[in-house]
Amino acid sequence: MNYLYFLYIEFLTKHNVPQIIGDITFYCIPITIIFIVLLLVVLALVLAERKLLGWFTQRKGPNRVGFWGILQTLADALKLLCKENITPSSADRFLFNLAPILMFTPALVVLGLIPYSSEFMFVNFQTNVLIYIIFAGFPILSILIGGWASNNKYSLFGGMRNVSQVLAYELPIAFSLLGVITLASSMNLGKITLAQSTQYGVLGWFWMPCIIGFIVMFISILAELNRCPFDLPEAESELICGYNTEYSGMRFALFYLGEYSLLFANALFLSVLFLGGYLSPFGKYISTVFFGGQIGEILLYFEQVFWLILKSFFIIFVVIWIRAVFPRMASFDLLKFSWAFLLPISILNLLLMVLLKYFMGGVYA
Amino acid sequence: MTNTNLLKLNLGPQHPSTHGVLRLILELDGEKIVSCKPDVGYLHRGMEKMAERLSYVQYYPTVDRIDYLAGFFYSELFCEIIEKALNVELSERVKAIRVLLLELNRIASHLLWIGAYLMDLGAVSPFFYTFRERELILKYFEKITGQRMMNNYFIFGGVRRDIFDIEDVEEFLEILKTKIKDYERIIDSNPIFLQRTKGKGVLEQNVALNGAITGVNLRASGVNLDFRTKHKLYEGYEFTPIVSEGKDCYTRYRARVLELNESSKLIKQAIEKLKQNSALNQTLIQPIGLKLPAGEFYSEIEAPRGLASCYVKSDGENKPYRLKWRTGSYYAVNLLRKLLKGTYLNDAIAIAGSLDIILPEVDK
Repeated sequence: MNYLYFLYIEFLTKHNVPQIIGDITFYCIPITIIFIVLLLVVLALVLAERKLLGWFTQRKGPNRVGFWGILQTLADALKLLCKENITPSSADRFLFNLAPILMFTPALVVLGLIPYSSEFMFVNFQTNVLIYIIFAGFPILSILIGGWASNNKYSLFGGMRNVSQVLAYELPIAFSLLGVITLASSMNLGKITLAQSTQYGVLGWFWMPCIIGFIVMFISILAELNRCPFDLPEAESELICGYNTEYSGMRFALFYLGEYSLLFANALFLSVLFLGGYLSPFGKYISTVFFGGQIGEILLYFEQVFWLILKSFFIIFVVIWIRAVFPRMASFDLLKFSWAFLLPISILNLLLMVLLKYFMGGVYA
Repeated sequence: MTNTNLLKLNLGPQHPSTHGVLRLILELDGEKIVSCKPDVGYLHRGMEKMAERLSYVQYYPTVDRIDYLAGFFYSELFCEIIEKALNVELSERVKAIRVLLLELNRIASHLLWIGAYLMDLGAVSPFFYTFRERELILKYFEKITGQRMMNNYFIFGGVRRDIFDIEDVEEFLEILKTKIKDYERIIDSNPIFLQRTKGKGVLEQNVALNGAITGVNLRASGVNLDFRTKHKLYEGYEFTPIVSEGKDCYTRYRARVLELNESSKLIKQAIEKLKQNSALNQTLIQPIGLKLPAGEFYSEIEAPRGLASCYVKSDGENKPYRLKWRTGSYYAVNLLRKLLKGTYLNDAIAIAGSLDIILPEVDK
C-alpha cells in the first residue's frame, strides 16, 4: 500500500497538485475499485450459478441475452430497476426501506478488509479478522428487520429462522477462526496470509493442519449465507420466499446483490484464512519467473489478485455444487447439528491447534 | 374463543408446495402446528354433475382431466363401466395394450412425484432428472395417442388404434433401470434426506384404514392391499405388491421407487403378450346414441394415488342418472388433519408431500 501511495503522490506532485488533495483522494480510489469490481463479480456470479445449476440439471442455463447468455444478469438487473417498488400498506415503511440497504453496505465494508495482494489491502488494522466477523454478521439484522417490517407471516418466519440459525453458527466460526489465529499468531489477515508461506507450499497452507476448522468454517459460512442446505430463511417450498417475499424491484435487487457479494466476500475470507490467500500454489510466482524487473513487479500484484480470486471461485463452485445436490435441512436438526456437533469439534480443533503451535510452532514462525 | 397466542397461517391456495390449490389453515405455536384444517374445492369443476347433462361419449373426453398425471386410469375406469354394462369382452391384445399404457402412466406419475417431493424438501436437481425420464414416456404417448397427457386413447370396447414401436418401450425400460440406480445414489444415500424423512409422518395402520387410505400410502404402512391383484385386466400377470413396514415418509418414498421396478416387470409381460397376440380383434361399441341398460355399474382400479373407482347409476337413458368418482388423494388430504398435528412447519411440507396429493383429483 505504501508503495502505491508514494507512486500516487509522486504522480500528483509532478503535475503540481498539493499533497493534501492526494492524501484525501487516495482513499477514494480503492473504494471505487471495490465497488466496480464487486458489481462485476456479482453479475458474473449470478450468471455462473445459473449456468452451473443448468449444467448440473441437464439444462443449458441462460443462453439468449448476449453471446452465451452473458448479458442475462444485466438484463435482469435492468428489469428490476424498471419495476415498481411496492411497499405493502401494512408494512413499517421506514424499516421496510432500511433493510435492503443494511444488507448491501456491510458487504462493501468487508471487501475492504481482504488482502488482495501483498500491497492491495485497503483497510489494514491489526485486528482485521475481528472487524470482518462483526460486519459479516450484519445481514442478520437486515433480514430480521426486513422480515418483521414486511408484516407478512412468511417473512416473519424467515427472519426468525435466520436469527436462530446465525446465532447457532457464529460460535463454530469463531472457534475455528481462533485455531487459525493461534497458528498465525496474528489477527491481521495480511499476516495470516504471510504465515502460510512455508517451505511446504500448498500443504503448508492452513487447510492442512487445520482441516477440521476449515470444514467447520465452510459449513458454518454456508449457514450464515443462507445457502443450501441451510437456506431455511428463504425456503421456497415452505416460506414462499422467506424474508424477501414482499420485496420487489430495486429493493429485492439490493437483497440479491447483498447476498451474492457476501458470498464472494466470504469465499475470499475463507481463501485468505485457509487456502493461502494470494500466495501462488507453485511456491514461486509465475510473473517473477518469466518477467524480471519492474514489469514483473507490477505483474506480480495482478497475479496475486488472480490467485486469490481463483481460490475464492473454487469455493463458490463448491457452494453451488452443494446447492445442486442437497435437500434442505429441518430447522431443529439444523440447530442440533451446530450446537451438538460443530461447536464441540471446533473447540477440539482449537485445542489441537494450540498443541500444534506449541510443538511445531517453528514451521509457522 | 380463539387462542391469541397462536398464529394462524394460510398455507395456500397459492403456495409453491401445495401441488396445486390446496389450502391448509394452520394454527401455529412458534413453528409447531397445533391444528391443521384442509380446505379443498378451489379446483372444483363439477365433474360429477357434468356427467348428468352429457351423453356418455360427450362426457368421456373430460374424465382423464380428473387426474392429469394419470389420465389413462380414469379413461380405463369409464370405458370399463360401459363395457361391463354392455357385456363386451376385450381381446387379449387390447388388454395388453391397456396394461402397457397404464403401467407406463404409473411410472410417469411416480417419476413426477419423486422429483416434486425432492423439490419440496429443497433439492433442485432430482426434479430435472426424473422429468428427463418422464419425458421419454410422454414422447411415446404422443407417438401412440397424439397427446402427451389427457390422451383419450382408450375407447368403449377397445383402443383408438393399434399400438406400434414397442421397441421404444423396451429401450425406455433399459434406461429407467440404470436411472433408478442413479436416483438411489443421489437421494437414498443423502444424510439430510434420510434425516428429513425417516421417522417423520408415521401413519399407523388403523389410522390409515379408518381414513380409507389406499395405494402406496397404505401399503407402506404394512397392509397388503393392491387392487391390481383382483383386476381382470391384470389376470395372468405376475407381480408382487410392494408392502413395507416403515410407515414413515421414507418408506413411502422407497415404496414408490420400488413400484417403478414392479411396473417395469408388468410392462415386460405386457410386451410379451403383445408379441403373442398380433391381431387387434376389437368389437367397438357405437358411441353415438349409446344407452346403458338401467342399473348400477361399478369399476375400480389401482391408480398411482390409491384406489380409484367409478360408480354409475343408469336409468336407461343416454346419460347417467348419477355418476360418482372415488379418488385416492381426497382421503389423503383429510388425513393431513391428523398427521400434521404436533409437527413442525418444515416437516409438515415433507409429510404432506409424501402422501402424493394432487388437487384436480381431490376437487374433481
